[in-house]
Amino acid sequence: MAQARGKVTIDTEECKGCGVCVDACPPKCLELLPGLNPYGVHPARYTGMNCSGCGICFYVCPEPGAITVYRLIAPKVAQPPMEGSHAATL
Amino acid sequence: MDEYQVIESKSPVFYDKYERKAELQHQTHYCPGCGHGVVHKLIAEAIADMGVQDRTILVTPVGCSVFAYYYFDMGNVQAAHGRAPAVATAVKRSNPESIVIGYQGDGDLAAIGTAEIVHAANRGEKITIFFVNNAIYGMTGGQLAPTTLVGQFSTTSPWGRRPSNEGYPLRMAELLATLEAPVYIERVALCDNKNIMKARKAVRKALELQRDGAGFSFIEILSPCPTIWKMTPQEARKWIEEKMLAVFPLGVFRDRKLAPMADGVPQTTVTKLLGLDKPLEVVTRPMAVKDSQPDLTVKIAGFGGQGVLLLGQILAEMGMREGREVSWLPSYGPEMRSGSAHCHVCLSKERVGSPVIEHPDVLIAMNEPSLHKFSKMVEAHGTILYNNHKLPAGLPPCEAKIYCVPASEIADGLGTTKATNMVMLGALLELTHTLPRETALALLKAKVRNVKLLDVDCQAIDAGMACLRKQLGSSTDAHAHDGELAPCS
Repeated sequence: MAQARGKVTIDTEECKGCGVCVDACPPKCLELLPGLNPYGVHPARYTGMNCSGCGICFYVCPEPGAITVYRLIAPKVAQPPMEGSHAATL
Repeated sequence: MDEYQVIESKSPVFYDKYERKAELQHQTHYCPGCGHGVVHKLIAEAIADMGVQDRTILVTPVGCSVFAYYYFDMGNVQAAHGRAPAVATAVKRSNPESIVIGYQGDGDLAAIGTAEIVHAANRGEKITIFFVNNAIYGMTGGQLAPTTLVGQFSTTSPWGRRPSNEGYPLRMAELLATLEAPVYIERVALCDNKNIMKARKAVRKALELQRDGAGFSFIEILSPCPTIWKMTPQEARKWIEEKMLAVFPLGVFRDRKLAPMADGVPQTTVTKLLGLDKPLEVVTRPMAVKDSQPDLTVKIAGFGGQGVLLLGQILAEMGMREGREVSWLPSYGPEMRSGSAHCHVCLSKERVGSPVIEHPDVLIAMNEPSLHKFSKMVEAHGTILYNNHKLPAGLPPCEAKIYCVPASEIADGLGTTKATNMVMLGALLELTHTLPRETALALLKAKVRNVKLLDVDCQAIDAGMACLRKQLGSSTDAHAHDGELAPCS
């Protein structure tokens, strides 16, 4: 399996458990928790696999801050230091 | 260790905490799966990206989204039901640099507020309206909305909406697209990922158009209401796709640039319009009214158009200038001309208790019906000034003294019957001697802008005085007036 390109964190206190994100997620990497949160709903969570970092779950979620989407920063390819590169920081 | 960057997170346009209640300050008040939250996020994102948060004003409606001001950290005005476009108009016109957003539901915009949205759109107000259409009244518990689909059940259409009884669903985007002024009208839906991203684009475009001063923009958003529709959030999204789209087709209904409209309003100030830019005449009031000057109550009656009410006003204002307590009580029909009109004027040393006069000291009867109608009301020692040569036949006897002052005729001789009331004013001044002629002239000078008319008015006053003086002189010497009158101007 290819490495996940992104990840999602979900605030279980803000999530109302509507499940729209679970349905909308293209790689199907979200699920509703079997347990209840303090407000009596099954909040959504990231399964930990396959997130592409597309951000769709964020847009379909009705809560302003329940979902945060991250994308993996491509590992930097080690490059030989260029001459005068420090000048760019000026 | 993998490194991540945040690509989507809570917009800074939202407050960190929502202080609507003591508890649950991290959640909106919307039901799970509601479309409002999504629309809120799309608006917030666009506002943040455009960098206009500090000059955006949100006008919130009545309905589920009434509490939007608890969420958006920007200017907020909460409007009366349906009046968001009217309020937004005022906000935008008084703050042209602001981004003004009206946020309305279908009960708010398409039912009680139909007039406001139509006229705001027709005026091309440079505002943006987000119309969240969920085909039902949500907050009040599921009554039929103008946008409810045919056959859709609601608490007020328990057999489903029947066109024969409740009419057809109202298509606001199409309706507004028949108007000339709007620059951008689009209908979007929150039914699936693709359409939500389309809605995102539409929201952004509408706001950018406003930022650029383009004109009126309107985005209708078909939005799920799982609670009232009695569906799961997923079913509700499907229902939009399967049922609502057939009635409310998506698309752009208007997207055009308006040619800049010539501003036909002459540039002036209110002060100038009202003539307040000239130095005001300072009226010095006498410290106290002489006790010897009796109180006076006058009833003036006639046809509308004879200057009945104006004469009363002038009399009252003269009284004010002379330091009297005054009242002026008009009574007239809806007609501007030829209906009957009368007014009561009190000039008093004491504060006026009631502006209604049952038994006036003086009745000015500008026509025959008024004489018939009111002559009996006049005090026994009172006087009637009647606008004619002689008394009409069949006038019941009355105790008051009657003088015939053919005011209309005199005014006509001076060039205009408009001055009839001024002839009567002259007669009244001569009769009562409670108000000086000079006060009348000073007042007219301040009120009448037309120089010609002012001259006629002054002549009319003098003619009225002369007319009555003649009659008084022949009956009694009590009020005889010696000497020549000072010239008018």
